[in-house]
Amino acid sequence: MKKYITDFKVVANEQLSDRLFILRLTPADGSHIAPCRAGQFAELRVDDEPRVFLRRPISIHRVDYDANEMWLLIQRAGRGTNRLACLRARDQLNIIYPLGNGFTIEEQVPDMHYLLIGGGVGVAPLLETGYQLKQYGARVSFLLGGKSCAEIAQVAQFRKVGNVYITTEDGSVLEGLDCQRGFVTQHSVLKEGSFDAIRVCGPGPMMKAVARLVSSWKQNERPHFCEVSLENKMACGLGVCLCCVEDTKDGHKCVCSDGPVFDIKDLKW
Amino acid sequence: MANLTINIAGLTLKNPVLTASGTFGYGTEFSDFIDLERLGGFIVKGTTLHPRQGNPYPRLAETPSGMINAVGLQNKGVAYYIEHIHPQLASLKTNVIVNLSGSCIEDYVEGARMLNEVETIPAIELNISCPNVKAGGMGFGTKPEMAAEVVREVRNVYRKPLIVKLTPNVTNIAEIAKAVEDAGADSVSLINTVLAMAVDAERQRPILSTVTGGLSGAAVKPIALRCVWQVYNAVKIPIVGLGGIMNATDAIEFMLCGASAIEVGTANFIDPTVTMKIIDGIDEYLDRHGCQNVSEIVGALKV
Repeated sequence: MKKYITDFKVVANEQLSDRLFILRLTPADGSHIAPCRAGQFAELRVDDEPRVFLRRPISIHRVDYDANEMWLLIQRAGRGTNRLACLRARDQLNIIYPLGNGFTIEEQVPDMHYLLIGGGVGVAPLLETGYQLKQYGARVSFLLGGKSCAEIAQVAQFRKVGNVYITTEDGSVLEGLDCQRGFVTQHSVLKEGSFDAIRVCGPGPMMKAVARLVSSWKQNERPHFCEVSLENKMACGLGVCLCCVEDTKDGHKCVCSDGPVFDIKDLKW
Repeated sequence: MANLTINIAGLTLKNPVLTASGTFGYGTEFSDFIDLERLGGFIVKGTTLHPRQGNPYPRLAETPSGMINAVGLQNKGVAYYIEHIHPQLASLKTNVIVNLSGSCIEDYVEGARMLNEVETIPAIELNISCPNVKAGGMGFGTKPEMAAEVVREVRNVYRKPLIVKLTPNVTNIAEIAKAVEDAGADSVSLINTVLAMAVDAERQRPILSTVTGGLSGAAVKPIALRCVWQVYNAVKIPIVGLGGIMNATDAIEFMLCGASAIEVGTANFIDPTVTMKIIDGIDEYLDRHGCQNVSEIVGALKV
């Protein structure tokens, strides 16, 4: 897919919690947002922070082509994201996008049921993924995990797209949702639900736990199509610096350009 | 519009702007952003005779105005490059230069021999300065006798323009440059990355898997300018300057210190269109200073 370097204008910066915020952006020159695949990401230049040198890779949370807006769900994790959290409406931001491969969408098999599993800020790419899957006629359910309900972002948005299942480590619940205490791998929907493919984005230990669980299932009983979206420190985002490698069964692969999405069968987990 | 054409080591560049090895992949990764044929040339990712997996992760540490990498020459080898990658680049109307590295003299010589046979490769940049490999690499570039020996051996088999890339991690870079000039190098490029280190204080661990790595980016520019100036005063062969060039003014500073051409490296990560802006900026500077030819500013520093 063609990549672009574009100045975006901040439409709004919505603080969801102490750590999470959503930047709603539109191209500053009024041009249309380029097509983005579910699970792709953007590289954001961080201005006015001299100690930040490199761009910051951020998942594309949602592209609303009607409103010509791209949404980025960001967690404050250091100087770069702290600076981005200070952006206000009408500020500008230089972005390279769309980057990476994105989640596989089986366009030829419209009636598939996908379970999208997310944890923490890793829920970010799953919203756009859900919308794009639905567009191809797929069924979508979300399984979202966090320490507490308050930490699970954008639940109302996810509910517009599909069923939402929740796990919380502290046992807190959200009205009207199937909330269970524990980790995502312990939710009963994983044992009982009927779905054909799994897509995961979240903390490393969570994704590895899901991958282990899926790999333990008997081939003919449960689905084995499982993709995970990895995170890594990046310099270029274009597959040229070779800094963000993951050691796969096929050698070192760049998370930025060969990924960020990998089939768990290709990983050495 | 001044004349931007420059000749280095028998190689004609339509302008003095090249890209640095390891920061520009095989060029095509940038074709969505820039017209590759506008470049004076580009230098492809460091290539070794045999394929290399490179170093384990983590390979990157961000530092103030720079970054430290510990990639370790991950590449698929010279034969793979010649067979599978170069054919896609050969028809581009710009200089596609191959950066060749090695862990022993025999590997350098065999790699150079193979690259010499490919008509559409106009020059090689001999990397005797990579700080991220255990054997060879920078080891060849830190002693004048060793540097001269590898250049002499490669010179015997390589007939086209030979650019030798030098490390700044030495006491006297001019001495190394002189040694490779005497051994038959047509040009020297400098600087490779500066040996550096980053620490995670909370975890009390190094950030990079290899503990040390190579620092690049704006932070190294003053060191690079000093090296170019020292080498310019020591050798007659043309110099390709690099190290922390982020914009046209940086590029011009290198040329004033004696660089006939420049390479843009880490800046490509932050702005993939930066090379085009640098070409335009040099052009604008020459007009503003009443220069007809870009060569007029090479070594024009008033000291």
